[in-house]
Amino acid sequence: MQVSITVNGQQRTDEVEPRLLLAHYLRETCGLTATNIGCDTTSCGACTVVVDGLSVKSCTVLAASTDGGEVTTLEGLAGPDGELHPMQAAFRAEHGLQCGFCTPGMVMAAIGVLADNPDPSDREVREGLEGNLCRCTGYHNIVRAVQAAAKAGPAAGQVPQAQEVEA
Amino acid sequence: MIPSPFEYVKVRSVDEALSALAEHGEDAKFLAGGHSLLPIMKLRLSVPSTLVDISGITDLSYVRVEGDQVAIGALTRHHELERSDVARAEVSILPHVAGRVGDPQVRHRGTIGGTVAHSDPASDLPTALLALDGTVVVQGPGGRREIPVTEFWLGFFETALAPDELVIEVRVPRTGADGWGYEKFTRRENDWPIVAAAAVQGRVALANMAGAVVRATATEEALARGASIAEAAALADQGTSPGSDMHGDAEYRRHLARLLTRRALERAAA
Repeated sequence: MQVSITVNGQQRTDEVEPRLLLAHYLRETCGLTATNIGCDTTSCGACTVVVDGLSVKSCTVLAASTDGGEVTTLEGLAGPDGELHPMQAAFRAEHGLQCGFCTPGMVMAAIGVLADNPDPSDREVREGLEGNLCRCTGYHNIVRAVQAAAKAGPAAGQVPQAQEVEA
Repeated sequence: MIPSPFEYVKVRSVDEALSALAEHGEDAKFLAGGHSLLPIMKLRLSVPSTLVDISGITDLSYVRVEGDQVAIGALTRHHELERSDVARAEVSILPHVAGRVGDPQVRHRGTIGGTVAHSDPASDLPTALLALDGTVVVQGPGGRREIPVTEFWLGFFETALAPDELVIEVRVPRTGADGWGYEKFTRRENDWPIVAAAAVQGRVALANMAGAVVRATATEEALARGASIAEAAALADQGTSPGSDMHGDAEYRRHLARLLTRRALERAAA
C-alpha cells in the first residue's frame, strides 16, 4: 500500500507493507536512524517520536496508520544551519546522557512533557518521562536538562513546524 | 518483532467499519490505538487476516453529559479523557485512572473503546468502569445495544461483544468529583497493575484477580450490611481466582486485593 507521510517537514510517498512498523519505516525506508529500537515491546521509549504533535512509541504504531500525518524525529529538531533545538542544547549543557542510546527517545519525550506542562516540577518531569528508560540510570541530569530547557522558553516544548524546516 | 502479514483497511465511519468487518470475515480485527493489539500481533499471539483501522472515525471521540450519565466516545484517547474538564467535574475517577494507564506515549494512542474491547484482566479503565456500574454501547449490523459492564467482560480477552459488533461508546453515571478511590500496585510506574482496586459508592472492582476484571461482591455485601471498611475489605479476595506469575503468587495477590480494597474504600470515604 502507499503512504504519504510528512517526515521532519518533508512530505514523502512510499510503498509499504501494511505490517511495517513506524520505527522500521523511519529507520529503513527513510534512513533516519536516530530513532532507536530498544525493547520493541512499548516499554523503554527509545523509539519515541512525535506524531501530529504527540509523543508516541514508534515500535507500536503502523506506518499505515500514520498515512496523512506528520512525524518528527530527532533529526528534524535542529535548524537548517545546525542550530540545536533548545531541548537538545539543554541535554548537551546538562550532560543529560551517558551511553546515548535512550537519548533520542528521551529528547522527543521531554519535548512532549513541556508541551503538556511548560514549567514542570522535578517530580512532574520524572512522571512525564516514566515511559522512557535509561539503562545507565542517568536520570538526574536528564531531569536537570528538561528543567533547564523549560527555562529557555516555550520553543523547548515544540517541534519545528513543517514550513520552518523547509525554509 | 514484526506481525504476520495482514490486509489493511482504513475506514471513516461506523457504517464503513461494520461493512469492512462483514466483508473480511471473522479473522478481521478493529485497530484503534493499537497499544494492546499490536504488541500481541508482534508476538504472533494474535494473527488477524485483516486490520480495519477505525482510528480515523473522528466523531467517536468525545466526553459529554447526557442526562444523568456521562457518555464517552469509544475512540477517546486516554490522554483526552485525562484532560477532559467534563470528566473531571462529573466522574473524576475516570480522568484519574486514565492518567495511570501505561505512560504518556501509551496514553497518547490508547483508546477507551480499545481497552474495553480487549478485556485484559489487568486493565485500569475497565476496573474503574466496573466499579462505576457503567454500560458499553455496541453497534452491529442489527443496530445498537447496551451491555451492562457486569455482563461485558467474560474472561481473558473474551467479552460479550458479538464478532460483527463494534464498541462505539461507554456510559457511566455522573458520580461527581469525590467519593471514589483507585489503588494500583505496580513494580514500575508504567507497568500493568499486579492488582488494582477501584471503589465507588459502595461498589468495588478488582484488576488481575481473575480471568477478567471482577467485582468484590463479598466486600460489597458486607458494606451494604453496615460492616466497617476494615471488615469488608478483609473479604475482598473471596470468590476470586488470581493466578501466579513472576510478579507474585496467588496468595500475594489475595493479600494485595484486601489491602488495596481497604485503601480504596478509605480514600472514597475521606
